Amino acid sequence: MFDIVSFIPRAVMQGTPLLFGSTGEILTEKSGNLNLGIPGIMYVGAISGVIGSFFYEQSAAGQPLNGFLAIAIPMVCSLLGSLLMGLIYCFLTVTLRANQNVTGLAMTTFGVGFGNFFGGSLIKLANADVPSVALPATSAFFSKHLPFAANLGWFGKIFLNYGFLAYLAVIIALLASYMLNRTRPGLHLRSVGESPATADAAGINVTAYKYIATCVGSMIAGLGGLYYVMDYACGVWSNNAFGDRGWLAIALVIFTIWRPNVSILASMLFGGLYILYLYIPTGSHMEVKELYKMLPYVITLVVLIIVSLRKKREDQPPASLGLSYFREER
Amino acid sequence: MEPVKNAIRMENITKRFGSVVANNGINLALHEGEILSLLGENGSGKTTLMNMLSGIYYPDEGQIYVHDKPVTIASPKDAFDNGIGMIHQHFKLVDVFTATENIVLGLEEEGRLDLKKAGQKVKEICEKYGFDIQPNQKIYDMSVSQKQTVEIVKVLYRGADILILDEPTAVLTPQETDKLFAIMRNMQRDGKSLIIITHKLHEVLDVSDRVAILRKGEYIGDVATKDANQQSLTDMMVGRSVSLNIDRPLPVNPTPRLVLEHVTAYDELGVKRLDDVSFTANAGEILGIAGVAGSGQKELLESIAGLYPVKEGKILYYDPDVDYAETDESGQPKHQPQSLVGMDPMDIRKAGIAMSFVPEDRLGMGLVGTMGMTGNMMLRSWRKGKGIFVDTKGPEALANRIWKELEVVTPSTKFPVRRMSGGNVQKVLVGREIAQEPAVLMTAYAVRGLDINTSYTIYNLLTEQKMKGRAVVYVGEDLDVLLELCDRIVVLCGGQVSGVVDGRAITKEEVGLLMTQHRKEGAE
Amino acid sequence: MEKQKQPLLSIAKREALPWYKNWLIRGGAILLALVFCGIITMLLTGLNPVEVFRTLFYGAFGTNRKIWVTAQNLAILLGISLAVTPAFKMRFWNIGAEGQVLIGSLACAACMITLGDKVPNGLLILISLLASLLAGALWGFLPAFFKAHWETNETLFTLMMNYIAMQLAAYFIIVWEVPKGSGKIGVINQSTNAGWLPVIGGQRYLLTILVIAILTGVMYIYLQYSKHGYEISVVGESHRTASYAGIKVNRVIIRTMVLSGAICGMVGMLLVSATDHTLTTTLVDGRGFTAVMVSWLAKFNPIGMIFTSLLLVVLERGATEISSVFSLNHSFADILTGIILFFIIGSDFFVNYTVHFRKNRKEGK
Repeated sequence: MFDIVSFIPRAVMQGTPLLFGSTGEILTEKSGNLNLGIPGIMYVGAISGVIGSFFYEQSAAGQPLNGFLAIAIPMVCSLLGSLLMGLIYCFLTVTLRANQNVTGLAMTTFGVGFGNFFGGSLIKLANADVPSVALPATSAFFSKHLPFAANLGWFGKIFLNYGFLAYLAVIIALLASYMLNRTRPGLHLRSVGESPATADAAGINVTAYKYIATCVGSMIAGLGGLYYVMDYACGVWSNNAFGDRGWLAIALVIFTIWRPNVSILASMLFGGLYILYLYIPTGSHMEVKELYKMLPYVITLVVLIIVSLRKKREDQPPASLGLSYFREER
Repeated sequence: MEPVKNAIRMENITKRFGSVVANNGINLALHEGEILSLLGENGSGKTTLMNMLSGIYYPDEGQIYVHDKPVTIASPKDAFDNGIGMIHQHFKLVDVFTATENIVLGLEEEGRLDLKKAGQKVKEICEKYGFDIQPNQKIYDMSVSQKQTVEIVKVLYRGADILILDEPTAVLTPQETDKLFAIMRNMQRDGKSLIIITHKLHEVLDVSDRVAILRKGEYIGDVATKDANQQSLTDMMVGRSVSLNIDRPLPVNPTPRLVLEHVTAYDELGVKRLDDVSFTANAGEILGIAGVAGSGQKELLESIAGLYPVKEGKILYYDPDVDYAETDESGQPKHQPQSLVGMDPMDIRKAGIAMSFVPEDRLGMGLVGTMGMTGNMMLRSWRKGKGIFVDTKGPEALANRIWKELEVVTPSTKFPVRRMSGGNVQKVLVGREIAQEPAVLMTAYAVRGLDINTSYTIYNLLTEQKMKGRAVVYVGEDLDVLLELCDRIVVLCGGQVSGVVDGRAITKEEVGLLMTQHRKEGAE
Repeated sequence: MEKQKQPLLSIAKREALPWYKNWLIRGGAILLALVFCGIITMLLTGLNPVEVFRTLFYGAFGTNRKIWVTAQNLAILLGISLAVTPAFKMRFWNIGAEGQVLIGSLACAACMITLGDKVPNGLLILISLLASLLAGALWGFLPAFFKAHWETNETLFTLMMNYIAMQLAAYFIIVWEVPKGSGKIGVINQSTNAGWLPVIGGQRYLLTILVIAILTGVMYIYLQYSKHGYEISVVGESHRTASYAGIKVNRVIIRTMVLSGAICGMVGMLLVSATDHTLTTTLVDGRGFTAVMVSWLAKFNPIGMIFTSLLLVVLERGATEISSVFSLNHSFADILTGIILFFIIGSDFFVNYTVHFRKNRKEGK
């Protein structure tokens, strides 16, 4: 029997890093920047938080942690780390007008390497027997649920059983959606992504919008990495464990046709597809599970194809996606 | 009489692009409450100069004064703050936004974004001036003149008192142009100051109070419109006396070369672009195609060239080497013209039909911008050559020939054509197409953006082709030129032929009328 | 008085730079990046930078064996880069080389495993080659087909295809796992060597290197002098120009991507049947993505790609050596690679644009 009550929370927890990543990438892409560095940025966001909390836990030396600092230190570290990545990307593609695809791929190489290198260094510092760093004390703060959630039966399990970052992901996605569609900065940001020359002529600071959208987007995506380590993985960092979720977040952007609010449900769907193999009885045929893991990618492909077949103007990617803007071009 | 107050004064403005000096030490003043024409040939630096007022470019040297106060206009926002609004020739609109969204774009009004309220205000402005746009209409659903209206409303919405219009009439019919001029005079009465950039002399004389003239990036001088006439303005613009007449010999023995019968075509969204188009292009004749921008000119030429799918109708080609009058024993014609519908450019070439086409979008369709002249010559000959390899010798020789004969300015035949000036780019393209010795030569906006000298070079080349017995199709936007160059003119309106007229007998007003007249409600 | 603000810098497009200045700028960027990397390494290891670079160089070229491994890595990376280049010249952003190589490897492994004891060795190799080419070609064909007909975004399409290939490989690895439950295939046909490419000149890697060397030459000629190469350049510039010139754009897009995919598939076969003799999901190890950068950094010139791939491979091998000698984490290489790439990517700006500081106008008056 398919256990929906245990399936949904796990799908949500799988989906939350993707939701952070896709919201961040949507904001970035709305400014016309196709940031393929998101997977790297999520690694950097995760490891920066891990580094921060590692040293905080070390300095506490076994004493109970201060709840506020235990959350604030990794958060700030994570945000700073991914902000820095966003700045590198912007400096290269916006200021120096480099090719976005190549820059993004280089960022991913760098970011994943950065994460694994410092992860590996911490593992060595910690002298652990297993190849991982465990931060259970910090994680306890990140994954704290509402105390009464467990008493509310299935309702509590499905809706209230998460750490605060999961709710933050939903709130950020809703805010991003509102911002894009209903506010002046949102209108301006969309115009920058659609036609930077138009935005420029209208007095909008194209460079500033691109920088801010990309950097904020990176920071949001970085939080996805932080959520993964601190809440989902219970504070355990091991190299490469985050895997390809960054690319899945980019897939999600297409799947939702650039809509953060749709992404809330879609990320859970993706999360569900990602772990579906655990819930489908396959008997002795373990290999079939690998095929189930293919589902999110196949479905994204199908959506990509359908969207391109329908050719609806509103569903197309931002028109200047992937292009740099130079005003004095003639 | 009150002393003249300046709305704008530009002092010693210089702007360079790389090694090109676009504007050199220009001094220009716009008086309050006047309409000033900024006149100059293409490439004389008019748009660059105005872009420095609208904040798109920033001058390398010089000072700008607005209402006699020195100002720095480093961004379009600074321009708005100084009450300057510019309507660009290439519309600056976001296609997937509504009119209102485009109009409020970039505004930093107090409070939250209220599109309903903004839409109301847009409506009020539209009603005041009689504009025909819906606030919630998406730009991609609009006609060219509606888009221009959105641009004008955008500037008015911001309360600009200095308006710059960059070649606003290029996309309008004569009737729409008159309406625009009326609006401009309305604004002038409202106390606004206007600059209109143009190179059409009659418009200058029609609408403006004063004319300022630029030539090759230099300021030549200004003259009150009432003291000017077409010839004096042309002399100032070009720098010496030029004759405005185009040589138009009578066609010799015109015979049908290309016959279109009831051609109908749809774009990919299913919109009808060509509607039952029929006409004949004769050998030894220049056939003009007139019409408001976007009336189907592009689709028509591309249909003939095999680049646009034709849904219904026939396109028939009569080979110059075949005598279609010959009959067989039973009295039936021995030869049938060849049908071109359904062929792509390669099929047409393979069928032995020499068709040349100078498309509107030179670097986006006719040429490869990053390649040199030689590489571009290969566009027509890349299939020749042994086995799997391309032949470069022939194209190289052709490139050298065109380089010399048409006096193309370029450092080498390898220099990317994208970096050449507009006139030279067009010489490369036209030179290559004529070198094909075509039976049919089609040109779209062949002189757009060229200076007067190069334009005349092109007119002469086309006339030469006509006298060699080729069928020349000339799509143009300047009615004066169409009426002086072409033997017959097909007028298009909304994808239909609204008239086929004799270029020697018709007046500009009559053509203008046909341009806005659908056949169904037409003159019958 | 209101203070006047004005832009501090003015940026303009450069006229064409002479080639030596072009290379001077790029070389300078690489040098700067190396210095920067040296400083970073010094900070992390506390060693003097000369020592660090010596180790780096030793890691890549220190012994005969190291040279061979470097050359083999170079060949594989170059091979994949050559494969993606025709597509890039066509402005088709194929970032699916990872999957195209892997699916080629999978096809090759499938032939070796299922036909290993059924057909003679020569025939088996031929069948494996065909299967790899076809599998890679299919992976190239699908995104191209949809791009050609419906403008489906190829970057995202090929990205997804990577993971589909990876999961397929994961599936078959479990199907064929030896021993059961290990999740690994192990060395294929270890006892019979069936389907293994012959070792020539006593060097396991020589065959791969030779194949790629020939491929480099052929690709250079193909792109530079052939009709197909010309068609690719025109399609890359503008689809409309291409149709205008009678080039069948859709056919060129599909043909070129099939070629790209097939070459990737062949590289996949080289990996399985010439060197590794096994299949893992991480066989390609990100080189499909690195190839994008190799190709782009060399401005799609196959000869230039020898140098850009050499740079990245030496860096990777050297950094691996550094990390093992100074017991750092292996991912150190990725960080150095990333930094160097940032510098080279950034240097492009100075090739294409000039920057002037604006003179203060008040002095001028």
